[in-house]
Amino acid sequence: MKVIIGQGSCGVATGAKKTAAEFEKQIADKNLNVDVDITGCVGTCYLEPIVDVYEDNGDLTRYVKVQPENVADIVDSHLAKGEPAKDMAISEEDKKFIEKQQRVVLRNCGVINPENIEEYIAVDGYKAIEKVVTSMTPEDVIEEIKVSGLRGRGGAGFPTWFKWNAAKQSPGNEKYLVCNADEGDPGAFMDRSVLEGDPHSLLEGMIIAGYAMGASEGVIYCRAEYPLAIKRLEIAMDQAREKGFLGKNLFGSGFDFDIRIKAGAGAFVCGEETALIASLEGERGMPRLKPPFPAAKGYWQKPTDINNVETLANVPWILFNGGAAFGAMGTEKSKGTKVFALAGKIKKGGLVEVPMGLPLREVIYGIGGGIKNDKEFKAVQMGGPSGGCIPASLIDTPVDYENITKTGAIVGSGGMIVMDETTCMVDMARYFLDFTRKESCGKCNYCRIGTKRMLEILERITNGEGRDGDIELLEELAVKIKDGSMCGLGQTAPNPVLTTIRYFRNEYEDHIYKKKCTAKSCKALITYEITDACKGCTLCSKKCPVGAISGEVKGKHVIDQDKCVKCGRCLESCKFDAITVE
Amino acid sequence: MSEKGCCCGQNQPEQFTELAPVLDKYAKVPGSLITILQKAQDIYGYLSFDAINYISEATGIKPAKIYGVATFYSQFRLKPIGKYLIMLCKGTACHVNGADTIEESICEYLNIQDGETTEDGLFTLNNVACLGCCSLAPVMMVKSADGDETYGNLTKDSVKDVLAEIRERA
Repeated sequence: MKVIIGQGSCGVATGAKKTAAEFEKQIADKNLNVDVDITGCVGTCYLEPIVDVYEDNGDLTRYVKVQPENVADIVDSHLAKGEPAKDMAISEEDKKFIEKQQRVVLRNCGVINPENIEEYIAVDGYKAIEKVVTSMTPEDVIEEIKVSGLRGRGGAGFPTWFKWNAAKQSPGNEKYLVCNADEGDPGAFMDRSVLEGDPHSLLEGMIIAGYAMGASEGVIYCRAEYPLAIKRLEIAMDQAREKGFLGKNLFGSGFDFDIRIKAGAGAFVCGEETALIASLEGERGMPRLKPPFPAAKGYWQKPTDINNVETLANVPWILFNGGAAFGAMGTEKSKGTKVFALAGKIKKGGLVEVPMGLPLREVIYGIGGGIKNDKEFKAVQMGGPSGGCIPASLIDTPVDYENITKTGAIVGSGGMIVMDETTCMVDMARYFLDFTRKESCGKCNYCRIGTKRMLEILERITNGEGRDGDIELLEELAVKIKDGSMCGLGQTAPNPVLTTIRYFRNEYEDHIYKKKCTAKSCKALITYEITDACKGCTLCSKKCPVGAISGEVKGKHVIDQDKCVKCGRCLESCKFDAITVE
Repeated sequence: MSEKGCCCGQNQPEQFTELAPVLDKYAKVPGSLITILQKAQDIYGYLSFDAINYISEATGIKPAKIYGVATFYSQFRLKPIGKYLIMLCKGTACHVNGADTIEESICEYLNIQDGETTEDGLFTLNNVACLGCCSLAPVMMVKSADGDETYGNLTKDSVKDVLAEIRERA
């Protein structure tokens, strides 16, 4: 029997390490013959910590939300007596979260131990690279990727085979393959899960890509905020070297390839290829004009190809199963599967991998279980700071590159932040502009100053000081920033504002003309009042951090509006629903 | 250790004994500036002007350029930090789930703002873009010599309990 505990960042954050330690202790105390092992992110983050118990015959029982105090139940009944502890086991409903998905990139996440290469090999790992270097030419590999229809999963959706081919065609013997693992998009974490849960599939994908374009060195540019990912990658690289999958003369073919990690230092703009290269060279991460494209002149002026983690993690599967098998999934122009990070006001948050073209409704309601606390679905934000908000009326939009772009958002790296009626769309736009304003590298005037001006207008509106003409001013600035910026950051920075104006113009107008925030979230535009339902229990006045609430015991209390900081503590503490927000 | 009071940048090399092996390894490797700065920050907790000058001497890169790189990336700090570094996630999922109210709660409890350190030198608050634990939003990570701890599903009150517990332990 074997106990496997999910230890991705989400699992660890909910206490998986303490749960694991408790299992080890109790198993040792009771002298049971059970191994305890780890795995990466299963993807059902809302159920962490997750514990899988495998019988010797391979049968699996999955336990969810296992805290140290629940361990004894599982150990006593399941591990000691062989009777699964049904109370703790995953419900049929929750099983559907995974069953409804189709996993290619996440095929091994939460299944194998990411720190043990043997487990990756046991699930046909490193078979694709063996097949590639022993029986295929680089041209064959590129052709196979072309057949698969794989497009870049980092944001732009550019055909992968084209980039590989461009780097291959570039003259020169020294070429580089760079993996962009600087997942800077707030709200996306699929790359982290692959890095933490299945690092070998990324390494194998990189070796294949290196072979196809004639590169002998790969660099993984990984964000410093992902310490666990870096640690697991280092372990994986050491193991791959030991096995001869990295290094000189792979599989006796004469092909040399090695990989190293470079930790990023936190700059969103480094998602742009030329900025990323500048950062790799130890400079400020400032983009430069293209052409020359990195495929011609990239890292140290040599031909360089840059692919995202998810893109590369698809590659071993494609080469092993054939490009046609991958192309059979998804839609005509958006082939294969895509991983989405479902978060925000959603019941079941986590990683969802589905074929391209599935309607948004199926992802949000079918898999995600709908909105938290059964509130009303208002919008979903896709593509992060470069993307936009898709309103509830477009919930039947198929999720693929073309259809999402039509809505004004982008598939991007796959972040899906669900919002309900309590999310203010003007505030969302302000949030993203605040982000892009801080992250602008400052090279282009429109991006540097324009985003600041847009932010000021949005702050004015959310502070209740919006003026007539502000919406038009925002629209005008948005177009100019798009036109006047050199790289993707500035060209897409106004998208969150444009899409919220397009679909939620009434909210902007309410803020500006009626001084009202319908979502009741902008502090300057709401007031807390105590109604006659007040029983005078005094709880709210005790909770109020600024002493703004006064009243006699058993008498109706009053909020002093001049003192009130609108923190909402009174509303949360009131047991009689006697506090309203308008 | 040398006497305090030197402000001219002519620091004694022995002050940076731990950094010396890092520079031996990377000083002459092109493109290693960010790596050197990361290691220096790991050792000293922040990048002092003395450290920048020292790195400049060893690498031949001008201090102004090092300063430019250090201030470009959000990871680097030019001021010392407290024993516990609170990294409060301000990613989209956390924002939607009330990260701003968590920040207010922390600021109120510790009496500091983003980027500041408490008077007792125990806590520094840093807002960060995204910790990637979006389904546990709102989230914060507390970094210290004891390791990194992530706390999820925070509320205005639970975040204070966490900080109170750390303060007790320290």
